[in-house]
Amino acid sequence: MVALLTDGFDRADPVVERLFPDVYPDDPASTADLRQYIDGDLKTAKIDQAGAILAALPAAGGTEVSLDDEAAEAWLRALNDVRLALGIRLEVRDDMDIEEELDEAVLRDPTSPRVGQLELYGYLGLLQQSLLEALTS
Amino acid sequence: MEGMAAPQVIPVEEPEIQEVPERDRPWVTIVWNDPVNLMSYVTWVFQKLFGYNKEKAEKLMLDVHRKGKATVSSGARERMEHDASRLHAYGLWATVDQP
Repeated sequence: MVALLTDGFDRADPVVERLFPDVYPDDPASTADLRQYIDGDLKTAKIDQAGAILAALPAAGGTEVSLDDEAAEAWLRALNDVRLALGIRLEVRDDMDIEEELDEAVLRDPTSPRVGQLELYGYLGLLQQSLLEALTS
Repeated sequence: MEGMAAPQVIPVEEPEIQEVPERDRPWVTIVWNDPVNLMSYVTWVFQKLFGYNKEKAEKLMLDVHRKGKATVSSGARERMEHDASRLHAYGLWATVDQP
């Protein structure tokens, strides 16, 4: 994610398009004007929140992470960014059942990257959901 | 026709239609549906960013989910642009429009 936002930043990439949507879809000039003011901050925020996850991860061998509210919110946003990016790469649709999709991918080729990516996508969704429950309960 | 009583014409009252100048009409921030964002996450973001109570945030989230989009705030153009960029920071797909 950090690489995608830094060296690999490419406006034509559908993931970048989704993470930095056009504010005025029918008005490219106004969209471009506004980008000058907001895109820098938005990009920095996304890199920082991805960094918040990396910073909180325990050293090798550790299994416990504790987060205060602020860190938990940064995690939620960062997890969401990763899920959005994976969702686009995996072509996730509204009517798609991730479990079924995973079963099909395993049957086709259990070693394909799609299997690992679908597993990760499903796991991150569960993680985000449980973090959200912890934060709002 | 001098000397004749002028027919009494009751002037038709012109309804006062005052066009609100385009620049004064309010702008809106629209959030669009996408297949990735969790419903609970979208509800939480609406509460967090706009201070909406859970009921209102859930209603807006369901509008996004079922109708494909919902207007989540309205007002001055700059404020809507600010709202859209805050929503983008949370990964929601938001645009600004002047309906």
